This record gives sequence, structure tokens and C-alpha cells, in this order.
Amino acid sequence: MSKKLILLLLPCIILLAACAPQPAEPVTLRLMTHDSFEISEDVLNQFTADTGISVEVLKSGDGGAALTQAILAKDNPLADVFYGVDNTFLSRALDNDIFMSYNSPELKNIPDALKLDPQNRALPVDYGDVCLNYDRAFFAQSPLDPPASLEDLTDPAYANLTVVENPATSTPGLAFLLATIGHFGTDGYLQYWSDLKANGVAVADGWEDAYWGQFSAASDGDRPIVVSYATSPAAEVFFAETPPAESPTAAVVSDETCFRQIEFVGVLKGTKYPAEAKKLVDFMLGKTFQEDIPLNMWVYPANSTASLPDVFTKFSVVPQNPATVSPEDIQSNRENWIEAWTQTVLQ
Amino acid sequence: MKSEEQIVKLSSLFTIRYSLFLLPLAFFILFYFYPLGAILKLSFAPAGGLDFSALGKLVRTGYYLRVLSFTFWQATASTALTLALALPGAYVFARYDFPGKATLKAVSTLPFVLPTVVVANAFTALLGPRGVLNGWLMAFFALPRPPIDLTHTIWIILLAHVFYNYSVALRIISSYWQNLPADVTEVAQMLGASPARAFRHVTLPMLKPAIGAAALLVFMFSFTSFGVILILGGAKFATIEVEIYRQAVNLFNLPVAATLSLVQILFTFGLMWVYTRTQSNMARPAKLKSSRSVQRAVRTAKDRLIVGGNLGLMMVLLASPLLALILRSFRGENGWTLTFYRELFINRRGALFFVPPGEAIFNSTAIALTTVVFAVALGIIIVLMLTTGEHRWQKWLDPLFMLPLATSAVTLGFGYIIALNKPPLNLRGSLILVPIAHTLVAIPFVIRSVLPAVRSINPNLREVAAVLGASPRKVWRAVDFPLIRRALLVGAVFAFTVSMGEFGATVFIARPQTPTMPVAIIRFLGQPGALNYGQALAMSSLLMLVCAVGFIGIERFRLGDEGEF
Repeated sequence: MSKKLILLLLPCIILLAACAPQPAEPVTLRLMTHDSFEISEDVLNQFTADTGISVEVLKSGDGGAALTQAILAKDNPLADVFYGVDNTFLSRALDNDIFMSYNSPELKNIPDALKLDPQNRALPVDYGDVCLNYDRAFFAQSPLDPPASLEDLTDPAYANLTVVENPATSTPGLAFLLATIGHFGTDGYLQYWSDLKANGVAVADGWEDAYWGQFSAASDGDRPIVVSYATSPAAEVFFAETPPAESPTAAVVSDETCFRQIEFVGVLKGTKYPAEAKKLVDFMLGKTFQEDIPLNMWVYPANSTASLPDVFTKFSVVPQNPATVSPEDIQSNRENWIEAWTQTVLQ
Repeated sequence: MKSEEQIVKLSSLFTIRYSLFLLPLAFFILFYFYPLGAILKLSFAPAGGLDFSALGKLVRTGYYLRVLSFTFWQATASTALTLALALPGAYVFARYDFPGKATLKAVSTLPFVLPTVVVANAFTALLGPRGVLNGWLMAFFALPRPPIDLTHTIWIILLAHVFYNYSVALRIISSYWQNLPADVTEVAQMLGASPARAFRHVTLPMLKPAIGAAALLVFMFSFTSFGVILILGGAKFATIEVEIYRQAVNLFNLPVAATLSLVQILFTFGLMWVYTRTQSNMARPAKLKSSRSVQRAVRTAKDRLIVGGNLGLMMVLLASPLLALILRSFRGENGWTLTFYRELFINRRGALFFVPPGEAIFNSTAIALTTVVFAVALGIIIVLMLTTGEHRWQKWLDPLFMLPLATSAVTLGFGYIIALNKPPLNLRGSLILVPIAHTLVAIPFVIRSVLPAVRSINPNLREVAAVLGASPRKVWRAVDFPLIRRALLVGAVFAFTVSMGEFGATVFIARPQTPTMPVAIIRFLGQPGALNYGQALAMSSLLMLVCAVGFIGIERFRLGDEGEF
């Protein structure tokens, strides 16, 4: 019996040991971020080797959930640096005053178009476009051309071909709703969505369900058009069982069909280590870290001196003129837009 | 002298027992009521004054009432359907002994640990417009188009809830049934009652406590269902749980989120209160029997029909989607392959969050075993608390311990952020918070599994033991424990399951780099590419394997030589 008790208690002991305070080390920074954050171990180790600063990454749910936790913990911050607030949530972060200003020297390499906070509390770190993707094989066999504009999707020839995500529950879903608002304006987007509904658009709860459950190029589903990312075709090549000459999917990148998500990094107010936290931000905006971003998170580096991996240059295209909506507009209208969308499309 | 000594001994026993009772109370206050209170206070009274303006909006827009009524009736239908299908199965598992029983029971519990996206795809692979069943039907009857289309209907939601919850009903009811004497039913039949009549008037009343407990758990699970409804039901079905997440995270509207959480909690508390009242009146001491004396081998043609029929149903309903997933994990673009499994072990990009399968298995198992130990220990104490003597407060206490099952994960998670932020309780981002949160959700399973068994112990047995000179502790070890052992194992299996299958949606906390198996699955599902999907399925299959081994291991677990009951 006592042996069994020990066996039972063992996991507790291991856990407690794992949680016990580590012997005093120089400085360990906590980096709070969303669940999609990924980077090479070597890159982060290099930062520690160069500066003596260790980094502990704290994943905290999706982008919105992570930001909400950072705001709730404002008085006694959970972390020193926050990575991954995007332009749809930027105003909420700035209104709640969680970041301190930091004019990083690396900002000189970042295009002004990405800088949305003049006080540099939130510094642009990466960007990616939410775009329509289509199944190449389907359109190769079909007399139809692949869609080239948002308007195409409401053409009866494209009936029952598209799956989108619910903007109330999904980040790409919200981004695509914003693309339609940017393109059709606040007076026109609801009419567009009601036409889309009449044309048999399917609404999935999240990207996983849309892509793995209903997109014909990636699942048993029967929808050849899906809302995904401009980099998805490149990821399809990179993660293929045997590297194909051409991606099985393609992104629609014509003007005002995509919405650009820009992610920001910032030093959290109340950190005990502002100097070290700033060093980490510099590192994240620097070339080494930036060049490691694409293959790990499938978005583009904000730093224009960072070179791109082959699979990006060959199989991914950056839309030149994505639809735009300002962070302030998004912040003040998000609830109304989503509610109006829900009433138009779901009820 | 001697009697004084006895009194001292007795009173110290009394103190020990009551200080033991403080343990689960402290746990719940610290990790449930305190964080919940903190987040509700922040939501309703951000500037000191109370603000219930959100409530008015909820009542005004009828939308939320529709959400509530849909949530309620789909949960009721799911519960009824699950019980109807699982009751015959429970009979077979309680009364028959047949080869492969333990394995089949383990398989029936596997759905519980799988992420909804993966399960949804298994359903699509079998029942979808391009699925196996429609393929067969179209080929067989030469149909031009798929005859079955369940996509985004209420039927697929109900089917999925049965798929997920079948084993809850099966395990709780069969473990209780197994201890009931078969002779009463036989006597009734000898006296001329038809089998149906004997079942309705003799067996069913005796089973009520277990059926009630199972029904309650299934109802709560369906009531707070998140993924199943969103993914299988499509965007047009919404439950309160979904609405809370949307309000809190997407709109940062904490007052509305808190109000909805409170509605959900109060509704559950009311339901639980009614349930607890009926249950404590219903449970009566039964003559519990050793399982060996009531189980028989499959001999006659009728036996074969009953056992075969039920096992067939379980194969179709539970095993076929699981099998579809496993087969799929071995199928690449050029036929059968081990690529996806091999790929699990390779960290191509040297990624920081790469999860070596061995490490994920270790982490998941360690956290799950810790949860089992916490939940079973606290669960037993709570059951003792609820069954020692008869007190008015017990009726109020029992529903309270069920609340974590009905509390939105976001609400409680946000509560942790603002409540557990100062030493010595600064547990934010600490690993120990993970099994603690799992334990909160697992305890209701332990209580509901064990309570009916404890209540059905004949008090005479205890009295006889005490009269014969056994100390209270000895009475517990010799009388109570052997009789509730099986119920306890059922609770332990579910505690293990709750923890193994948790992937960040049920328990919402920031976590350090300790990847578990479900977290690894979600990570693969997050990016496009056939390799990612294949690896997600491979990891899901490994998760099923580890869980099945865990279930069988727990069921074989013995403490000392308590005899076969």
C-alpha cells in the first residue's frame, strides 16, 4: 500500500518541485502572448546568450483573451512584455493604458504604414493578410474562373461554394467582415452579406472548422472557397507530405479583398525590469528574430531588412491594396457591426 | 479512567474529522468562490457603486431568452436520448461477464478526451455528404445524391452529445447495478410478473439514485456544451456558454458576461437543489452484493441477442468514429503510411514550442494523476461530509460543489487573474494551477459516482461492525470502503479523463511551457498543410491509446486486499 501511495504522490512532488522558486538568476523576463506564438528555440537562446536575460513565454488563449488578461492584471502585471495585440484590438490596449512608450532604434527599419500608434507604446512586429483562398483542383475542372473580387461571391454561378468564419467567434472571421466594411463602406456591407447569404454562404465557427471541416482542398467538405490567410498556400507547400511543384490552393489578393492584421509588441507598464524588457523588444524587432517569424507563425516580418524564406517568395503573394478600417473605428463599432452581421446572416 | 481515555480519543477523532471537512471547503473557497466573487465584483461594481444596467438589456432583447430556452431543451433531449441508449448497455455490463469487457468499457470513454474539431471531422467522414455511409447508400440504391444530410441540424448535436456522454451513464449506472441483488427481480418474475413489469416496479426504483446522478452529469455537460454546438450545429445555434465568451473576450463587456455567468450558475444551483432534495429522499439502503454473485456468462441465445445487440450499438455509435480517426492517421496521399507518426518526433524548425510526444505524454499523465489524487481525496471527504449525520446544511452544500461544472471557464479564469495576484497566493502562470482547475471540474464526477453507493449502504452493517468492537476507522475500511470501491474507481476514471482531455477551453488560464497532448493537437490544427492535419490525428490516436491504458490501469487499482466487490 505504501508503495502505491508513493506512486500516487510522485506526480504531486514532481509538480511542486517544478513550481518551486528557481535559485536566483540574473533576470527572467515574462513574455505574455497568444496561443499561436512560435519561434525557434535557438533564436531565443541567442538572446539569452547575448544579454544574460532569460525569457519565459506565457501563452494565454487567443489574441483577445490574452489582451483581456493583461488588462485585468494591469495593477500587478503578469508579465514584462506583451506580444501579439493586433490592429483590431489596438485601441482597447491603448485606451486601457497597459503599455509604456518606447522609441526603439529598430523602428527605423519598419515601414510607416504599419505604425498605428504615434506614441510608440505598441510597436509593429509582424503582419499578415486575411484573404479568400480557393481549391485549385476544383477550379481547374470547373468552367468557372476562380473568384477575383468580393462581388464574385454573390454571383449565382458561385452559389454554395464559399465558407466563412463567424466574426463573433473567430479572428479571421472578424478580419473578413472588416474587409467587406472597408470595401463596401458602412452603408453597403450589410446588403453584401444578405446577398452572400442568399447565395448560400456557409458560416463556420472558427478557422479550424472552416478549413479542416469544410474546405474541399483540405478535408472531406465540399466548399472550394474559404476565408484563410494570404500565406496559407505557402504553408500547404511547406507542410505537404511530399513537396509539390505548385500549391493545391491559392489566395485571392486583388485590391480590397483582403484585410491586413498588424501585430504589435510592447513593454507592459509596471514591469520591474524596464531596461531588460526594452532589450527584448529591440531583439524582437531586429533582423534575427524577424527572419525567424515567417516559418513559425506564417506571417510577414515588420522589419523591411529581414529577408524572406524561399517558400514565401515562391508561393505567397502580399496584397498591394488591402481594405482598411482604422483601429479607432473598429474599437467603437465592433459590437454594433458584429450584432448587425449576426442579425443579417444568422437570424 | 478508561472511559475518560475513550472520550478523549473520541473527541480527538471528532476534531480530526471536522478539520478534515475544512479541507475541501478551503479548497473551494480559495479556488472557486474567491476568484468568482472577485471577477463578479469587478464586473458589476467597477467604480464602487453597483451597476446592473446590463441586466435590463438582457431581458429587453428576447435574444438571450431564446438562447436560454434552446440551451435547456437541447440538454434535456440529449440527456433523455443518452439514458435511453445507455441503460440497456449498463444492464449488459452489470449482469454479464464476457471477454473484452474491460477494453470495451475503456473504448466507450475515449470520446471524452477528443477535441471537438477532430470528432466533428470523424462524423463528417462517416455521415457527411461525401462520407462512408452516404457512399454506400448511393452505390447500393444507385442514388444520384447523398440521401442523408445531417450537417448543422439538431440531430447531429444530439448524436454528438450521446457520443460524448454515453460512457458517463454507462459507467455510473452499471457500477451501481452490479452491486444490486439479482434475486429480488427473479423473485418478482417467479411470482408471475412479466420481465418488463419486474423491471419497472422492482429494478428501476432501485436504480433511481444512479440514473439520477448520471442524468444530472449528462445534462450539465450538454447544458454548458461549447464546441459541439458551435462546430457541429453551425453558427446559428448559440448557448449561454458561447455568449459569455463572446461578451468577455471579443467585446470586453464584463458586466454582460458576468450577468450571463451568474444566470448560468443560479440556474444550475436551482436545478441541483431540486435534484439533491429528491435524491436524498430516494436513496434507500439496499442489500449490496458481490459482483461475482450476480454476473453470468453469455450462454443462451437470448443472452447472445441482448449482449450482441448492445455491443453492436456501441460499435456503431462509439467505436466507428474513433476507428475512422485512427485509420485516417495512417493514411497519406499514397496510401498507408507511418509518416505522420514519424513526423511527430522531428522538430524541423527547431521550434520553441515543439512537443516531443514522450514529453507530452509524461506531462499529460502527471497532471492527470495529480488531478485524480486531489479529486478523489477531496471527493471522499465531501461525500463523508454529506452523509455524516443529517443536517439541514447538507442540502445546500451538495449543490455548491457541483457549480464548477456549470461555470464558464472564461469567467473563472479571469477571476484567477485578479484574485490570485498577491503572495502567498500569486499562482498566476504557475503550473500547479492546471491540476487545481482540473480538480474543480473533476470533483463533481467523484461525488456523483460515490454518493449513491454510500447512501445505499445498509446502516445495520455499520452498527453490527461497531457493536462487534470495530473502531470507526475500521468500520470504514471493512464496511464502507469495499462497497464503494467500484464507484470510487468510476469517479477516478472520470477525473483522469477530464484532465487528459482538457485543451485550454474548459479551464482558462495562462500557462507556461508545459505542453500536454491536447495542447499539441490544437497546435497542429492551427496551421494549414496535410502534415499538420495528419500529425493532429496521429497525436489524437496516441492520446486515445494513453487514456485507454490509463482507464484499464485505474480499474485494476487495488488498495490492500479489500476483496472482490
